[in-house]
Amino acid sequence: MLERIQLLICGGTGCMSSHSKDIKDAFEKTLKSMGIKEEINIVLTGCFGLCERGPIVIVYPDETFYAHVKVEDVEEICEEHLLKGRCVKRLLVNNSDDRQKLGHMSELKFYAKQKRIALRNCGNINPLDIDEYIAKDGYRALGEILENKTSDEVIDEMIKSGLRGRGGGGFPTGLKWQFAKRAISDQKYVICNADEGDPGAFMDRAVLEGDPHSVLEAMAICGYAIGSNQGYIYVRAEYPVAVERLNFAIEQAKSYGLLGQNIFGSNFSFDIEIRLGAGAFVCGEETALIQSIEGFRGMPKLKPPFPAIKGLWGKTTNVNNVETLANIPVIFLKGADWFRTIGTKASSGTKVFALGGKINNTGLVEVPIGTTLREVIYDIGGGIPNKRKFKAVQTGGPSGGCITEKDLDTPIDYENLLNLGSMMGSGGMIIMDEDNCMVDVARFYLDFTVDESCGKCTPCREGTKQMLEILNRICEGKGTMEDLDELQKLGEMIQKTSLCGLGQTAPNPVLSTLKHFRSEYEAHVIDHVCPAGVCRNLTNFVINDNCIGCTKCAKNCPVNAISGLPKQIHTIDLDLCIRCGACKKACPVGAITSEPQHQGANI
Amino acid sequence: MKSLEELKKLREASIKKMTMRYTKDGFRIQVGMGTCGIASGARPILNEFLEQMENHELKNVTITQVGCMGECTYEPMAEIIDASGQSYIYCSLTIPMVREIVEKHIIGHQPVTRYLLSSRKAAAAC
Repeated sequence: MLERIQLLICGGTGCMSSHSKDIKDAFEKTLKSMGIKEEINIVLTGCFGLCERGPIVIVYPDETFYAHVKVEDVEEICEEHLLKGRCVKRLLVNNSDDRQKLGHMSELKFYAKQKRIALRNCGNINPLDIDEYIAKDGYRALGEILENKTSDEVIDEMIKSGLRGRGGGGFPTGLKWQFAKRAISDQKYVICNADEGDPGAFMDRAVLEGDPHSVLEAMAICGYAIGSNQGYIYVRAEYPVAVERLNFAIEQAKSYGLLGQNIFGSNFSFDIEIRLGAGAFVCGEETALIQSIEGFRGMPKLKPPFPAIKGLWGKTTNVNNVETLANIPVIFLKGADWFRTIGTKASSGTKVFALGGKINNTGLVEVPIGTTLREVIYDIGGGIPNKRKFKAVQTGGPSGGCITEKDLDTPIDYENLLNLGSMMGSGGMIIMDEDNCMVDVARFYLDFTVDESCGKCTPCREGTKQMLEILNRICEGKGTMEDLDELQKLGEMIQKTSLCGLGQTAPNPVLSTLKHFRSEYEAHVIDHVCPAGVCRNLTNFVINDNCIGCTKCAKNCPVNAISGLPKQIHTIDLDLCIRCGACKKACPVGAITSEPQHQGANI
Repeated sequence: MKSLEELKKLREASIKKMTMRYTKDGFRIQVGMGTCGIASGARPILNEFLEQMENHELKNVTITQVGCMGECTYEPMAEIIDASGQSYIYCSLTIPMVREIVEKHIIGHQPVTRYLLSSRKAAAAC
């Protein structure tokens, strides 16, 4: 029986957690009972990127894009669309400009502006089927290299492509391979760094879940280039879906002879094993990662010697990030010259960003390097929800800094972000609006790095802890002006004296918010006011006269601190109130505002 | 996997299963699959179109189903839209007619006018 429809269901972690697996089962069951199961192919793919609208179902050949699909909707889709060919309008996405329904995936602005290289197959193929990857030119790059290219030619091509490490450092990948190739060692290793730890970044997970074979193929290419026959993927155990699909992919590749002995009939052999990490942020640092694979506590070492000289078990080791690797097969298929035409002169190619925070289209986007922040946030990300005002964007996770409105037109690349006091990092992008307190944001990130500091060097272990205590004091309204100077001094000291990247970048969120939002810090210290109304000890919630008495706030209050009759102005009992802000979120008319504590008490 | 040739063969075989997911800009065939269409046998017609595409290895053709096309008497119907956007509506289809339409219209770019809805209606009016 020929298939007339292919149904692609997003199987990324985001959609999986909103029950896309159940949706797949429901489709199978309903189609079976309708007797058209054989005509329709159901595929669970990797992440489509538009996680905000998940779970997502795409119906080919028409590319109909259904968002927020629930198990209850399955029957309607089957009956109306799959049987009778009428698409279910209710589940289509609204166009933000004219409120028209968008039927096709290609019409979505979110995808139109992107250029997908690393994510090329995510959401397009079945990650558990090696044939689909092969249909998309998978393993052809490896085959052609093994037949026609010497390892030096491979490295030259990599250097020419200008690909730089996507894990954050931005070191040219070709040069890294060259160092590893030139090093003399009886055994060499290739490591894929899949220890993605930044809060809010999930592009590596998306690649591993949606297109695991591209990483395996790139690792084999790297092995051929540097002369290694063994690869390790260091992935955190808290990515169970990724681990499962990787294991499956490795087995499939081995059964096809694309990994193992004498690949493509050449004398090149390459094997890959998975090593699970326990999810420590510091293990994303390559020397700590190597320690962890060896079975020790993940702690960074002083460099040099670099892993290219003395890495895993004292042997030459090349460590590359998942996203970097995912780019590599395409570079060899289309050529380094083609790759150079994308992006900027200093950094070619694309970068994947994980949009999160106060943004309409939460999800993964891949854009050419050199795209401006404004394009990413407003054109692709769809801007800030609820008509709030943009305040800052935090790039690079806990190692990065905040960028404000005035710098939004900067083209994104490694150097520009560093100059703005932030960094590319692994590509997390958290957008903040006027309801975010910048002191609280800085405290959140520092809290994370204090937890994740391995404790080996003093500046990072003790310094970040001291900084956190100062920030806690400021948030409680007990800070002094000397504290601000102390923060600055400590921050700079930690940056200069820490052993590894974790400590060297940990003060960035504090220093950049101090630079751009000093007035907010001063408001906390001098006026004992939290302008955004986030810091609990400095805020009172007040119901204003435009309250319509809808009782929503009272229903949402977890401690029953709000009283009032329906259609009458409600009041908050400030003694009972725990300042959680649930009422402010629930209010449909914006009648609840956060006021400075001393003012709120008077009203 | 012993050679690049072997991989290419595997690729050709797998690509057939996935042609649906590539964007196409050629012909578009829409089969009316409202209750009326299904009742008068649109499903075998749709499958025949799919089979013909497979047999002739036509990769640039989108075959899809639409709702009731409004002329229930003339079901099963199929609308063929060519690359320039010109639309042809064929009606009262049978499987041999589908084969002829695919050969003459899709491959030979010559519409089979005697099967078109407009000519049938004109004949019925006489």
